[in-house]
Amino acid sequence: MKEFKGKVLFLDRSDINTDEIIPAKYLTEITKEALKPYLLEDLKLPAFDSSRDLKDVRIVISRANFGCGSSREHAPWAFEVNGINVVIAENFARIFRQNMFNCGMCAIELKKDDIEKLFADYSSTGAEAEIDLNGNCIIIKNGGKSGKFSFEMSEYDKALVLAGGWVGFADKKY
Amino acid sequence: MGKTIAEKIFESHLVDKPFEDTFVLKLDRVFCHEITTPIAITDLEARKMDRVFDPDKIKVVIDHVTPAKDSKTALQGKILRDWSRRHGIKDFFDIGRNGVCHAIFPEKGFVRPGFTIIMGDSHTCTHGAFGTFAAGVGTTDLEVGILKGVCAFKFPETVKFVLKGALKPGVYAKDAILFIIGQIGVNGATNKVMEFTGPVVDGMSMESRMTLCNMAIEAGGTSGICYPDGKTVDYLWEFISDEYSSKEEAFKAFEIWKSDSDASYDAVYEYDLSDLEPMVTYDYKPDMVKTVREMEGIPVDQIYIGSCTNGRIEDLRIAAEVLKGKKISDNVRAILSPATPKIYSMALKEGLIEVFQDAGFCVTNPTCGACLGMSNGVLAEGEVCASTTNRNFYGRMGKGGMVHLMSPATAAATAISGKITNSSLYKG
Repeated sequence: MKEFKGKVLFLDRSDINTDEIIPAKYLTEITKEALKPYLLEDLKLPAFDSSRDLKDVRIVISRANFGCGSSREHAPWAFEVNGINVVIAENFARIFRQNMFNCGMCAIELKKDDIEKLFADYSSTGAEAEIDLNGNCIIIKNGGKSGKFSFEMSEYDKALVLAGGWVGFADKKY
Repeated sequence: MGKTIAEKIFESHLVDKPFEDTFVLKLDRVFCHEITTPIAITDLEARKMDRVFDPDKIKVVIDHVTPAKDSKTALQGKILRDWSRRHGIKDFFDIGRNGVCHAIFPEKGFVRPGFTIIMGDSHTCTHGAFGTFAAGVGTTDLEVGILKGVCAFKFPETVKFVLKGALKPGVYAKDAILFIIGQIGVNGATNKVMEFTGPVVDGMSMESRMTLCNMAIEAGGTSGICYPDGKTVDYLWEFISDEYSSKEEAFKAFEIWKSDSDASYDAVYEYDLSDLEPMVTYDYKPDMVKTVREMEGIPVDQIYIGSCTNGRIEDLRIAAEVLKGKKISDNVRAILSPATPKIYSMALKEGLIEVFQDAGFCVTNPTCGACLGMSNGVLAEGEVCASTTNRNFYGRMGKGGMVHLMSPATAAATAISGKITNSSLYKG
């Protein structure tokens, strides 16, 4: 199983699409590692600089409809090779979300209010978080503050995380 | 309680339900292209599982970057080519015979009502035009599909769109789907099947239904879907005439693939499209939609007609009708990519290619091309493209470029004036 804890990056926008996460011109790569320098290169977000802001990030928190657009699994892979195994959002585009779990990564949905709270209380520099898969909750800390946010994860999604992805799961079963 | 067409397809293809709300379905087709498949192939090789579930159900095309533009894209093609040969995949379409996946696969008769189809391409929803459950997936789902012939989905909650009235001349499926996405938003059908019904859909050709279903994903939809009818049978007849004694018999067999009148929907939207105007996107999301009238006069730098949305023969005929005897503006450049070799040949025979060339269009080989800024037709920073494609994301056609999505008629009219313009086919 992958590791689900560490420094948090907040991306304060809805509808971040897979072209922004990894532009199509890099889809000519045939290894996941080659995608590493290009993560979020085209993200349209004021003051965000992908060459500066991704250092040591392990968890991304964003708004609604994260990962919409293309089916490219290069989007989760670009996160994965940068050490980011978790994206937390209000909701996800179907294919991106499935791709995350298919890779044994976590796409965690929180209620809108909780996402608002995370942005309001924890989004200044220095937030660290951890995903507790047994307790189905996110523990987040920043400065003196800490909080716990519950989420639901289906048995299937959890099975994929535990199996390290869909290939391992399906190969045993079908 | 009755069932929707998607529920019926799920029921008939169910292999396993390992968990509540996890439906593992048997696949009738796995479609592959050179961008998302090679990593699945190399991963299967690394796992020492380089097998395919059924070479006859796997259909393969090189379409995104063709001819190869550099060593990397040449390698992607080579991996796909070698793999197809190694596994005896007969339906592999290499350069000279290749076209945009969602145009060439239906054209070859690979899609049937009641089928389940996956592909590592988000616009796989296009094939729902045939009464098919067709979903775009990532490379891992594709990999398991190739290996095992199965894919897992959630219960197919369905949103029904009843399109009433009749489209005015000069208003097309593209305008209808842009309007719908504008109404429900880019997240409006996430995790849902978008079922399109009503007299507007009944009146549409298969090409138009493909345009409609193609953009379901732009509202987050898993698959678009239309009920099969006489037009579906006509389109497929050359491929199925051995299987059925008559078109009536084929129609009867296909007729089971429609929703029951008492089926349950997540939502039902009814739109009377009689007064719908030609539509166009602004900004960087496909739900940012206005009428062409509201956007009229905005200058563009490039026109692109093609893609899995609007690169079919019907689209070329409409655009050529607008362009006939006219020249494109000196302020623009224009590119046409017929979606398949067959469409290209038909367009040549019908004299359409001449119309485009006389107007000043560059005509490329069939390819996904400019749509995603991967090979030809890339925009420079700050440039604007009037495009018949399906995505206007920031950077989609090139870093810093802007894309306005529209119908082929509007794109052709825009090419002539150099500014976003309603076509002469639309009388208001």
